[in-house]
Amino acid sequence: MSNVSVSGVEGEERDDFTTGESKQIRARSLKLLSSLVRPLKGKIALTLVVVVISTLAQVAGPALIAIGIDRGLPALLKLDWMPLSLTVVAYLVTAVVGASLIAWYTILTARISQAILIDLRKRVFLQTQNLSLDFHESYTSGRIISRQTSDLDAIRELLDSGLNQLVQGALYMVFIAAAMFSLDWVSGVVLFIALVPLWFLTRWFQRRSQKLFRQSRVASARLIVQFVETMTGIRAVKAFRKEKRNEEEFGELVEDYRDVNGRVIQLFGIFDPGLVLIGNVTLAVVLLVGGLRVAEGQVAIGALLAVLLYTRQFFAPAQEMAMFYNSYQSAAAALEKISGVLEEKPTVADPTRPIDLWQAKGHVVFDDVTFAYNEDRVVLPSFSLDMPAGQTIALVGSTGAGKSTLAKLMSRFYDPTIGTVSLDDVDLRRLHPKDLRRAIVMVTQEAYLFSGTVADNIALGKPDATREEIVRAAKAVGAHDFIQTLPGGYDTDVNKRGGRVSAGQRQLLSFARAFLADPVVLILDEATASLDIPSERLVQEGLQTLLSDRTAIIIAHRLSTVAIADRVLVMEHGKIVEDGTPGDLIAGTGRFAQLHAAWRESLV
Amino acid sequence: MSSSPPTPGIPPTEPSASPEAEPKRQGTFRALARLYPYAKPALPRIYLGMVSALIAGVVALLIPQVLRQLVDGPLQTGDSAQIWPAFFVVLGLGVLEAIMIALRRWFVLAPGTHIEARMRNGLYAQLQDLPVSFHDRWPSGQLLSRAVSDLNLIRRWISFGLVLLVVNIVTIFVGFVFLVNISWELGVLFMVCSIPLWIYGYLFESKYSVVARRSQDQAGDLATTVEESVHGIRVLKAFGRGKYALENFAVQAEDLRGTEIEKAKAIAGIWLWLVLVPDVTFALSLLGGVWLAAQGQITAGELVAFFATATVLRFPVESIGFLLSMTYDARTAVDRFFEVLDTENTIKDPERPKTITDPKGKLVFDDVHFRYQDAALTNPDLVDGVELTLEPGETMALVGLTGSGKSTLTALTTRMYDVTGGAITLDGIDIRDLTRVELRAHIAMAFEDAILFSATVRENVLLGRPEATEADLAEALEIAQAAFVYDLPMGLDTKIGEEGLSLSGGQRQRLALARAVAAKPSVLVLDDPLSALDVDTESLVTEALRRSLSTTTALIVAHRPSTVMLADRVALMENGRITAVGTHSGLLESNDHYRFVISSLEDELKRERTEAAR
Repeated sequence: MSNVSVSGVEGEERDDFTTGESKQIRARSLKLLSSLVRPLKGKIALTLVVVVISTLAQVAGPALIAIGIDRGLPALLKLDWMPLSLTVVAYLVTAVVGASLIAWYTILTARISQAILIDLRKRVFLQTQNLSLDFHESYTSGRIISRQTSDLDAIRELLDSGLNQLVQGALYMVFIAAAMFSLDWVSGVVLFIALVPLWFLTRWFQRRSQKLFRQSRVASARLIVQFVETMTGIRAVKAFRKEKRNEEEFGELVEDYRDVNGRVIQLFGIFDPGLVLIGNVTLAVVLLVGGLRVAEGQVAIGALLAVLLYTRQFFAPAQEMAMFYNSYQSAAAALEKISGVLEEKPTVADPTRPIDLWQAKGHVVFDDVTFAYNEDRVVLPSFSLDMPAGQTIALVGSTGAGKSTLAKLMSRFYDPTIGTVSLDDVDLRRLHPKDLRRAIVMVTQEAYLFSGTVADNIALGKPDATREEIVRAAKAVGAHDFIQTLPGGYDTDVNKRGGRVSAGQRQLLSFARAFLADPVVLILDEATASLDIPSERLVQEGLQTLLSDRTAIIIAHRLSTVAIADRVLVMEHGKIVEDGTPGDLIAGTGRFAQLHAAWRESLV
Repeated sequence: MSSSPPTPGIPPTEPSASPEAEPKRQGTFRALARLYPYAKPALPRIYLGMVSALIAGVVALLIPQVLRQLVDGPLQTGDSAQIWPAFFVVLGLGVLEAIMIALRRWFVLAPGTHIEARMRNGLYAQLQDLPVSFHDRWPSGQLLSRAVSDLNLIRRWISFGLVLLVVNIVTIFVGFVFLVNISWELGVLFMVCSIPLWIYGYLFESKYSVVARRSQDQAGDLATTVEESVHGIRVLKAFGRGKYALENFAVQAEDLRGTEIEKAKAIAGIWLWLVLVPDVTFALSLLGGVWLAAQGQITAGELVAFFATATVLRFPVESIGFLLSMTYDARTAVDRFFEVLDTENTIKDPERPKTITDPKGKLVFDDVHFRYQDAALTNPDLVDGVELTLEPGETMALVGLTGSGKSTLTALTTRMYDVTGGAITLDGIDIRDLTRVELRAHIAMAFEDAILFSATVRENVLLGRPEATEADLAEALEIAQAAFVYDLPMGLDTKIGEEGLSLSGGQRQRLALARAVAAKPSVLVLDDPLSALDVDTESLVTEALRRSLSTTTALIVAHRPSTVMLADRVALMENGRITAVGTHSGLLESNDHYRFVISSLEDELKRERTEAAR
């Protein structure tokens, strides 16, 4: 276990951390927490003041009753209304002040809690966007979603009620203890003795619950992963009759989650009555001690009543603090997971001192690049390529030759293991991300559509595009006609995962996206695979004008695309084996000539 | 109370939070009563829990009665020997209260979690059963928030909210009785003063439940956006739109924040009254109590007991506020849950299913029509009277332009959608007369998008036939030219990422193809299965498929001549109709549209000639 790390999301599913690991995780959670809380210092201070005053007002109650009985009653017997009236008025004032302040701080805490939540939500969202693809390839979307939903729910619960409970509860206890000491110090001492078992009980609860809450976070994440995958892949689930098996699998996950939840509640089910027990025993003892002293005439009856009321009230917030502690433990476990995601470093990081490139020309160079997923899987052993600005290159080769890797390196989805990829002599790793994305755009085979309208989806290429620009882009790639036939034209909602738009149509839309983005370097990775031949022909015509003044690399299995290229590269096992104009290569006897002949065969 | 809430303020481009028509709003009680079937087995324990809680509440109320005796008896007389019994009684009652609280928690613990689990499994089963058209409409973030957050809420309400609500209200009434018993004047005063609370609590519902619903819907939308931002991560990265996506997300998150603050304001309102009213009551009771004591109408012990009792009652009274808001939250969650559960499944198994004992694989489309329910009336049917017969063992290619209805037609064969006119028969039996499980065992599909799950390669390929042998698996992989899986780090047991993220498009497609083949169906429906394959691999797959398809009926959507070559016959689809059926070469000769759709050779030759001339 000693070599296992817990940094980032590693070891996320474990719950058996060593002391050192726990410390490390707690440290990063606390760091995150303090960074969330820091900008809200002012608001928190205000809330604290409000809570203190409102609690003071509430604590005053029993003391005023004691005064009313011990002083007001004898005075009234002498027909003196003054002391009683004053006490009652004072009580009314504290009631109004206390209640209004409680209402106020309910809103104040909601603002604080929502501010923290939105901050955290945005951070996780941004981090998700910043993390590199290799992270997403191993960390399923369901887990990200569970971080953003159920984990945040847990934190929210703490912030919403917990903060009040903690502050108010603690204050209550301090004030009440103080009030008790001033009324009757002996009872105060009894109360202090009661704190000892209280401390032990709380410590026991903390130890036991921490582990369970961690398990609960893991169980809920697993549940969410299964749920999201089922809903996303519902067609395959149905087509292959996975429903029954899924129900069993999901049922087990539900049971795991239920079980761990049950054990958490059970723990709390001991903790909470435990607190009540301590409180009630204390009450009995205070009554005994106080009663004996009243009998001896050392304490007034009103004071005894006040002390008893205080004892009762002292343990009421103790229960609230228990609730707080419960949600705190749950939120802490959630924060651990979230801080893990936030701690992940993108392997493809933004440059610290970016170089601007306002006007890119499109000169791309691979300088002795090696790329390997790990030691055993070297995809590109040593690769060099010079792409002059404006050149259209077709990249062919069998599956696994490294074509897509090349495209991913060019668009900086990955960084080379050794060597550099540069645009206009600037290393991509040092280029300003904004300039990089403006200059280089990749269109891939699978064209994801976001919920929203067709126009929204095209506009992703240029968020501030006008409708005219969007339509022009759609026309240029031949998507306009089918968009016109949709029920709402450009304003048609594409629905979940583009349910009603065929794969070919989605590809046309993603082409329109790229067209609208108007990059200097365009990478097409199997971007026409799902198109029918007439559409592909249209796209190619569009491409010829589109690509005339920009650098382009086209990866396509259909060699028809090759015709519009200035240069053809044939790749095998991560190396370029042929390099030349299409005409030269077809005329030759090499690999490309063979491929081309085979492809011609396949057309008839 | 029964007026329908205004539509949540969702931006027009966002999917509606709940695409179903807003159900008529019922009273909170009736809405929550729908939980009964799920809660029924647990009810005895819940009742026992309530009883325990009630005993605990009454015990807490008895303690002041002891105080009363004590103050009026031994304390007046100074008889300290009498204090000891009182101490033991209070101690005993205190211990009893703790035990009862423990019992309440123990009683309601198990049922609460079981109800939650039962509802979650029920929701999941229903969602898997509902047709694809439902999932087209409902973003999965909305479904997820129902399955997780909403059900959590319901569980907490049942085991905590419901029990305490009932018990606290009863406790309050019992407490009143005690108060009246101590002094009827003070008791009546206390009761009259708390009337505003009940009125406010009632008014609170209408204010609060609308906001509660909106907040839960917005949380679901937010989950949808998160999900899409992860699934579409590559597009967002390719265009560098991470920040842009964040802005959209932030807008939605801000909306949710606004709603939450509105909710907090409503809660603050009820808190104000719940704290103020008892405090004012206390002040007035102090005035009245001391005056009554001065008049000699009540004893000091009664005064002490009155305030001690009133203090015990404070928690139940104050708790009504959050218990009410919790109840309304739970009610909203129940509404959202049943919105899904009440959705009628339009694609169901027949009541008396037929079965095919000896499947041959004859697939007939008989005047098949299909249109989406929400399509405009002026639009023609998407599938508009398809007549097509696939003989057993025959391979039929389906060719047509993008949007001509090919994919829709293939989706109809396994009842992903149901035909809206005509019928599809398999071996002479209408597919709607078969159970869905049987139908889908006879017909296997590979989709345009290869849908893979985060499971091992083996599990993914054997999705349709988990009981298949190693040899079957190897054969399917061989046919689909998916031997690359043996080179993965753990071979067939490598866990591939969700949606096969770490695999290339061609690799994913081959796994999806292998999956359809491994299911050994009598009819294979393949929707453009080879589009992402390179020429070499494609010809190998074609070769292998031709061998294995000799006994299997197959319907293959194709864009490429090379794929069409697999087929015995070709059907040409145009605007939702089959306009021609024939062999590839026959259609090439006789049909202009077919030549237009399938042939790019002419074009190629022309281009090459011009290139050569240049």
